[in-house]
Amino acid sequence: MFAQWVSVAITTTIKLNSREIFMTTTQPSTWIKSTLTRRAFLVSSAAASGALSVGFHVPALATTPTKAATDKATAVEVNAWVVIQPNDECIIKIARAEMGQGTSTGLAQLVAEELECDWNKVKIQHITPGENLARKRVWRNMSTGGSRGIRESQEYVRQGGAAARMMLLQAAAKTWSVPVGDLKVSKGVITHMPTARTLRFGQVCASAATLTPPDVGTITLKPPYLWTIAGKPIKRLDTAQKVNGALKYAIDYRPDDILFAALKIAPVFQSTIKSFDASETLKRRGIKKVVRIDDSTVAVVADNWWRAKTALDAMPITWEEGENGKVSSASIAEHLREGLTSDKNVFADTNTGKFSEAFDKSSKKIESVYSTPFVTHACMEPMNCTVRYTPERAEAWVPTQNAEAALAALADASGLPAEKCEAYNHTLGGGFGRRGGPQDYVRYATIVAKEFPGRPVKVLWSREEDMTHDIFRPIGLCKLQAGLDDKGNLTALSLRVSGQSINAHLAPHNIVDGKDRRQLQGYWPEPGDAQLGYSVPNLKIEYAMRNTHVPVGPWRGVNTNQNAIYLECFMEEVAKASGKDSLEFRRALLKTHPKHLGVLNAVADKAGWGRTLPAGVHQGIAQFMGYGSYTAAIAEVSVTNGKVKVLRLVLATNCGHVVNPDQVAAQVEGSVAYGFDSLISESSVANGRIVESNFDRYKIARMVQMPKIETVLAPTFDFWGGVGEPTICVVAPAIMNAIYTATGKPVRSLPLKNEGLELV
Amino acid sequence: MISLQINGRKNSVDVEPEMPLLWVLRDEIGLTGTKYGCGVAQCGSCTVLIDGAPVRSCSFPVSAASGKNITTIEGLSADATHPVQLAWKALDVPQCGYCQSGQILAAAALLKRNPKPSDQDIDEAMTNICRCGSYRRIRAGIHQAAQTGKGIPSVIHMSQADAVDAASMVAMTQHTHTQVQPASMSDVCSMGECCNHDHDQA
Repeated sequence: MFAQWVSVAITTTIKLNSREIFMTTTQPSTWIKSTLTRRAFLVSSAAASGALSVGFHVPALATTPTKAATDKATAVEVNAWVVIQPNDECIIKIARAEMGQGTSTGLAQLVAEELECDWNKVKIQHITPGENLARKRVWRNMSTGGSRGIRESQEYVRQGGAAARMMLLQAAAKTWSVPVGDLKVSKGVITHMPTARTLRFGQVCASAATLTPPDVGTITLKPPYLWTIAGKPIKRLDTAQKVNGALKYAIDYRPDDILFAALKIAPVFQSTIKSFDASETLKRRGIKKVVRIDDSTVAVVADNWWRAKTALDAMPITWEEGENGKVSSASIAEHLREGLTSDKNVFADTNTGKFSEAFDKSSKKIESVYSTPFVTHACMEPMNCTVRYTPERAEAWVPTQNAEAALAALADASGLPAEKCEAYNHTLGGGFGRRGGPQDYVRYATIVAKEFPGRPVKVLWSREEDMTHDIFRPIGLCKLQAGLDDKGNLTALSLRVSGQSINAHLAPHNIVDGKDRRQLQGYWPEPGDAQLGYSVPNLKIEYAMRNTHVPVGPWRGVNTNQNAIYLECFMEEVAKASGKDSLEFRRALLKTHPKHLGVLNAVADKAGWGRTLPAGVHQGIAQFMGYGSYTAAIAEVSVTNGKVKVLRLVLATNCGHVVNPDQVAAQVEGSVAYGFDSLISESSVANGRIVESNFDRYKIARMVQMPKIETVLAPTFDFWGGVGEPTICVVAPAIMNAIYTATGKPVRSLPLKNEGLELV
Repeated sequence: MISLQINGRKNSVDVEPEMPLLWVLRDEIGLTGTKYGCGVAQCGSCTVLIDGAPVRSCSFPVSAASGKNITTIEGLSADATHPVQLAWKALDVPQCGYCQSGQILAAAALLKRNPKPSDQDIDEAMTNICRCGSYRRIRAGIHQAAQTGKGIPSVIHMSQADAVDAASMVAMTQHTHTQVQPASMSDVCSMGECCNHDHDQA
């Protein structure tokens, strides 16, 4: 039964790698429908084993160095989420990946809130995908993307904390032979109110673990206004080890017998190796082997990564480049331009009213084309994975946003069944979407490690390989048309995106009848995840899929970054053409979408929209929705001889509930650096390959460019929205709109250098 | 054999003289707190101190470090109590944390030669890349470590967005009262009702 289940789950997981990642960023109904059988199966499996899977035993503990120390002999698992030591230390299990976004602290706050433990005694421990599979996915989804880490798991982790508390109270009641109703609990101490006797969690945890867990239906979660741990700006649990070099990222995993490998992937995408000559390479110091990983990829293995890398750089390799070797940024632009007017492979996601008729009748017409380039993730920790393979077992030490997908990739590439594999996920040195979908770095490392059975081999990508073999943010063009009536009201709006599709590259099963709605994130009519806020009587929104040979994928704030630029910069043009104030123009169109309007009002209020500014300083405004949250920004900018200085950014977010305001602020502040990528970064294509291969040529935000940043938290406490991504997309358009106001010229082509502008 | 003085300890390594110090530290000696980021002295993740000055070890041949005092993040202080490390913890500066070894050593070197840096001094000295965008807190952390009085913590305004039902308003009121600290930034306060979450008080 178990083996059969594992095999079903793994097969599906392999097939579903990318789908797992894209779950909430595609049309939800599509996903649910296509995976109903599997979901139903998983749910019934979980139900059969008890919703909270209470047991007496600690699950096999992972050996990754990032785990909190646990005394295996004495720790008691109250349920899957809560392990308690006799000394009252509470170990809270975390299934989602930590890549800096603070999710592990936030999830621990939510569990601790319901558990009523002493926050000072909380430690976090990440589970492994092998444990999750072995226990019938009791910890549910490990995939961490789409700003879903907290919003998608908050309910069941809170229920886990609450169930553990109920069992601990029950155990204390049993010890004293008193009714549970006579007990209260605070900071891990249970008090019998009539007699003032107390028991600590550590004293009753063993007894609690023997009890039947409460039915989920009997659990009442605390209303957020009663929160004392969640909702508070408390410190992260993982900071101390990040200031003294103690935290071991996957790149740092280094057992004594480790070997190091550098790899080279064909520079032109989808091209192949013609030949290479390893004869001199193998004579160099420390070189162990040259491994042809696949038709496009070769690795050199050595006793030191620098030796591997320099040997690989010196090795003669010739490539079969084919037709793709002729592709350039210019030829791609031409391909995308065709999509702006074509009637082939185009679909309208929204077509309300009669756009053409209304546009023709309008008294003022505005038309523009915007363009956004490919950009790369540039996680500070380059792609890497260490694998130890034997014919009996394969293990991977890896930074991944989806440990179950990493496990599936390891099983697939090693040829071993999943139950003979394990993946240890470390804290990621950046993820941003790169480490969620294709676990290409796991596959490469597994193939190389198979050449050295029993020895761990770390395959580390050079920055150049990382930057030129990314899954890039999709390139796009967008043509927009607007018609105003004689009073300056927007009566007709059309928008056509022509550009590359993430689904086409990573998850074609999500494209239904040739329609890829995902590329229109933020323009969707339906509420929930990424809804368009503007109401326009005659509205047409279309997507023309135009793919290239460049691989694309999710890039933090997936698709909302480009889509917010297209729409919000164009709305600025329309607002100016109408003669109305930019804020008032938007307010009028957002009347029927109160949450979009609310966050816009919040930013206008806190930034002081329209206040008297110093000479030469100009404001710009933007709003958008993505990842279940509502965001708006106001930028204050000066422009002198093409040099753009962003002086101040005020960023408002309504993410529903705020689990840790200080960490939400950290994500909002971080959004500025990623938002700046939209303005200054570009991965361009020449001779079929990416030109910008390192930070010397690839422009990226640095300290000197950072403005004053202010975070506006505007929660309405009636939904759960994402935090890691949604605010990025309003950064660039707010700045671009301020530049427009400053110079009188709209910014339509990115990066800024295309418009003769530079960010200083 | 090349002799190195790292964090006050002597190490002898048998490596090519041109091997970058980074790879000697990481792959030969096992000091992995120093990170690889770009290999071309652009990102600063590999920053170490050589005789107190910040050096990008990915582009610094090990032979040139012989006979000098090398300090890595592991050796900046015995117990993570260097003022920069304390400030980093107090402000929760790191996000993913990968670049922070380099950021912290660059900041420590700045404060050593310029104990009261201005914002411009910080801009000029702190050229390391952080992809999580912790720049704002890095700046605040340096000011806090230097006790310049300009260490402005994160500015957080609480706002009551429109369109909430009565129950939410109750929840929001509770939140607003418990989370909000009085404002201390005059340029923020001048724009109306606001709040400033002060890390020192949190």
